Amino acid sequence: MKNSYLDIARNGLWSNNSALVQVLGLCPMLAITNTMVNSLGLGLATTLTLICSNVSISAIRHWVRPEIRIPVFVLIIASIVTVIELSMNAWFHELYDILGIFIPLIVTNCMIIARAEAFASKNSIPHAFADGLFMGLGFTLVLLLLGTLREAIGFGTLFQQIELMFGDNAKWLTVHLFGNYRGYLLAILPPGAFLGLGFMIAFKNMLDRRIERKRQAVPAKQRVQFVK
Amino acid sequence: MSLFKNMAISAILLGLFAVVGTGMVSLTYKNTAKRIAANHRATLLKTLHELIPADQYDNDIFSDTIRVSNPALLGSNEAINVYRARKAGQPVAAIIESIAPDGYSGNIYLLIAIKYNGQIAGVRVVNHRETPGLGDAIDLSHSDWILSFTGKSLKNLKSRNWAVKRDGGNFDQFTGATITPRAVVKAVHNALIYFNQQRDKLFVPPTTKKEPAA
Repeated sequence: MKNSYLDIARNGLWSNNSALVQVLGLCPMLAITNTMVNSLGLGLATTLTLICSNVSISAIRHWVRPEIRIPVFVLIIASIVTVIELSMNAWFHELYDILGIFIPLIVTNCMIIARAEAFASKNSIPHAFADGLFMGLGFTLVLLLLGTLREAIGFGTLFQQIELMFGDNAKWLTVHLFGNYRGYLLAILPPGAFLGLGFMIAFKNMLDRRIERKRQAVPAKQRVQFVK
Repeated sequence: MSLFKNMAISAILLGLFAVVGTGMVSLTYKNTAKRIAANHRATLLKTLHELIPADQYDNDIFSDTIRVSNPALLGSNEAINVYRARKAGQPVAAIIESIAPDGYSGNIYLLIAIKYNGQIAGVRVVNHRETPGLGDAIDLSHSDWILSFTGKSLKNLKSRNWAVKRDGGNFDQFTGATITPRAVVKAVHNALIYFNQQRDKLFVPPTTKKEPAA
């Protein structure tokens, strides 16, 4: 199996996007994306875990026998998540206070084991690293978009509580979109997450179809010109 | 024979990975446990200082604690911590790690600081799982509702006013969330009642450490 880095990037960010196409990792995704800051936090933590697990699984891929690979993957992922959680708690305590609740949630994200099984266990370490990075980024971007939509509709703000992540200097980033907005509860609660994700998947499919139609239309035109 | 050999190799491999994984986790735990405990203390101390400024007491607030238990008033069957602030040996305030057991989604963990004269020095929510956007306004990072307790006591607020406005009390409820503030008001009120009943026992110096009866 050959993978150019460009293919890996395109796969992770668009054509095989873990949230929009594979629809993996719904549990943490729908629970957390009620604000932009939460979404960014979960996205970054997931990306870090994904890179670490992909690299270590790729590194041991020649030693793992196929019949025991799943328990080994589970073991490695669980160990990595725990190590990341403990290290963050010790050395980045302020960040941990914000992201801490998301990290155990990452264990429930089946995307991690899906990438281990489908990609990392069959590819070289640099490729596995790139796959982890781009799959994670693709996931983060979707989370961020969904979080932005839900926060804007639900609270009428953007970048609410950004200071928790980037310090008080970033506080000015918080934007109130409408004066005296009372909020729209549905967007903040889980149904809003399902609706938002549904619309996003539909929109992506629409774009894909339009691109596909254009691609088919181009050779047809050329043919017409030939006839003339 | 070869089947058995295969199984044995797989089992040994799996065992090895388990040992490596567990080793990794326990090594990290060993190297981080102290720092994590110190971080937790620092965070707790920061919250304590928001309630009782550092210049108002001079004892080591972390070692001057007692554990008390009162399921009816403090919301937990387990013993909870009470930190005691003193200045020059005189009691200043008690900080109670109370629990509001009847939140909308589970326990709401509170730090309630009560001055020796029975006035509330401040309340903070330490941990909760209330609905984002509705019940989480009890958290100071979302709204300053929790500050409305400061200065209140059983003397300056009658018992029936220790309730949200919808129940005829003195405290705001939130749009779409009454259960959460109701639970917090009740827990703070109960903690005050407990404090008034047990005040002298709560401030027993650490040398004659005694658990007050519930």
